[in-house]
Amino acid sequence: MQKVFERPKSLTDKPFHYCPGCGHGIVHRMIAEAIDELKLAERTIVISPVGCSVFAYWYFATDNIQAAHGRAPAVATGLKRANPESIVISYQGDGDLASSGTAEIIHAAARGENFTVVFINNAIYGMTGGQMAPTTLVGQASATSPYGRDPKFAGHPLHVSEMLATLKAPRYIERTALNNVANLARTKRAIKKALDLQQKGEGFTFVEVLAMCPTNWGVDPSEAVDWLESSLMPEYPLGVYRDAAPGEVK
Amino acid sequence: MKGNEALSEAAIRAGATLYFGYPITPQNEVAEYMSRRLPTIPGGAYIQAETEVAAINMVYGAVATGRRALTTSSSPGISLMAEGISYLAGSELPAVVVNIMRGGPGLGNINPEQADYFQAVKGGGHGSYRLIVLAPSSVQEMADLTVLAFSLADRYRNPVMVVADGNLGQMMEPVELAERYPSEVDHASWALTGAKERPGRTITSIYLDADEMEAYIRRLYAKYDEVERNEVRFEEYLTEDADAVLVAYGIVSRVVRSAVEELRARGIKAGMVRLITLWPFPKAVLKGLAERVRFFLVCEMSMGQMVEDVQLAVNGQRPVYFYGRSGGNVPTPAEIVAEVAKRV
Repeated sequence: MQKVFERPKSLTDKPFHYCPGCGHGIVHRMIAEAIDELKLAERTIVISPVGCSVFAYWYFATDNIQAAHGRAPAVATGLKRANPESIVISYQGDGDLASSGTAEIIHAAARGENFTVVFINNAIYGMTGGQMAPTTLVGQASATSPYGRDPKFAGHPLHVSEMLATLKAPRYIERTALNNVANLARTKRAIKKALDLQQKGEGFTFVEVLAMCPTNWGVDPSEAVDWLESSLMPEYPLGVYRDAAPGEVK
Repeated sequence: MKGNEALSEAAIRAGATLYFGYPITPQNEVAEYMSRRLPTIPGGAYIQAETEVAAINMVYGAVATGRRALTTSSSPGISLMAEGISYLAGSELPAVVVNIMRGGPGLGNINPEQADYFQAVKGGGHGSYRLIVLAPSSVQEMADLTVLAFSLADRYRNPVMVVADGNLGQMMEPVELAERYPSEVDHASWALTGAKERPGRTITSIYLDADEMEAYIRRLYAKYDEVERNEVRFEEYLTEDADAVLVAYGIVSRVVRSAVEELRARGIKAGMVRLITLWPFPKAVLKGLAERVRFFLVCEMSMGQMVEDVQLAVNGQRPVYFYGRSGGNVPTPAEIVAEVAKRV
């Protein structure tokens, strides 16, 4: 009998520890598929961040390294500069990348470092228990914005893809979402494109993925998809923010 | 050669052709030297990091591949690196960090001080770890101890810090360097080189389970015990018959040497223990000397951060006095001579 669906080789057989309806497992699988399809497994190093995906290394059957909160793009810089033949993937959430690690992500992008960042934006801190993130929406309730994020005191959410797209060095920046089959396919394509560009040495690639966090949003998995569509997507428009040679003004 | 250049060239000849750093006085000669030299070396790279926080994490990534890399900074910058140094120790990665110490706390000044002793020797970052700490006292040692730092880092898979000061960094002296200082250690069993013909591997410092974490920390401490047994380095100067033993390291040890000579000329039997490793600390030699000398005088360019380690080694057997200057003032031989003479 022909097998039509199987686990990617770059994914271990350890069951995901993520909550029902969480986006991490979906994106882990897409990354593993892209690694396999591009035959990059033997050269890949995945960086596990601080956050719910701190144990991403349990799931990638590649080489892995765990990085301090926010520092993954600096660690990626060291890995890639030490071994330019390697394929380096920095996997980060919004608290990690858009708060603690803003300096690291902006400067890695500005240097045009030749690695790939997969940025999971679910507008909340997951592992620490649902606190307000830099990407939390105005009015969104969280453990530390119980009355909803008030822009008078907590400002407005950070739009990372848009910010990075103001730089000349990045090669490719796209924002996708996990809300439906079409967007899942787009997400996978974006990740694969980013890794392919990295493999060709073309420069900094960045895929922001709007993802569900039902547990900390306080909704069930299906309502989480609805909320992602009705609230997150209007604030964070999907699309390609940059697809140009480094240095080119776009 | 200047001290900062000697350490830079020694690092390059030790194969550290990756440098990550951020400008801060008084160590900028290192970055400037590296930015000239490294782009001309195959596989070499100079990266000016956005912060010292990023620089130490670039080192973390680079050394995880099994290559040698260097970062240097000065006191406030080392404070920013504390998190990364803890991660390097917790992940058992070989890294070399140089601190060209300046005045503090806070922004302090750019004058030479030795007030980062506690930070280097007692921790600096969070958690249960130790740094091997080396203290050069000449331009030649700026080079030699940098090479030794890479060698010890490799051998023990632990970060090593070289602490010097602005004087040693700027001072010019003749230096002899070997053509190359290759690594004696093969990193193939752990380095992240890609899961080719072997399973994937992980470098991490997280252990959720209490017993697992404790076992890991105990393993680290078994390693630190081994470092204490094998790697204590110091120099004794005229201690055989000494009544007064002065304890110093770095630039201050050169002043103390002059003071000892002056005291001897006056008929006062003085000697010196000069520390080369601040950690592991040379407890045994001080303990041994405590059997026969009259007192110890610790001399530092700080308010006396090393005094308590000397007291612990001497364990109350003999008085331990202190003389130090701060803010960038260097003690003079005459000041030190007077401190000893008034107690004889």
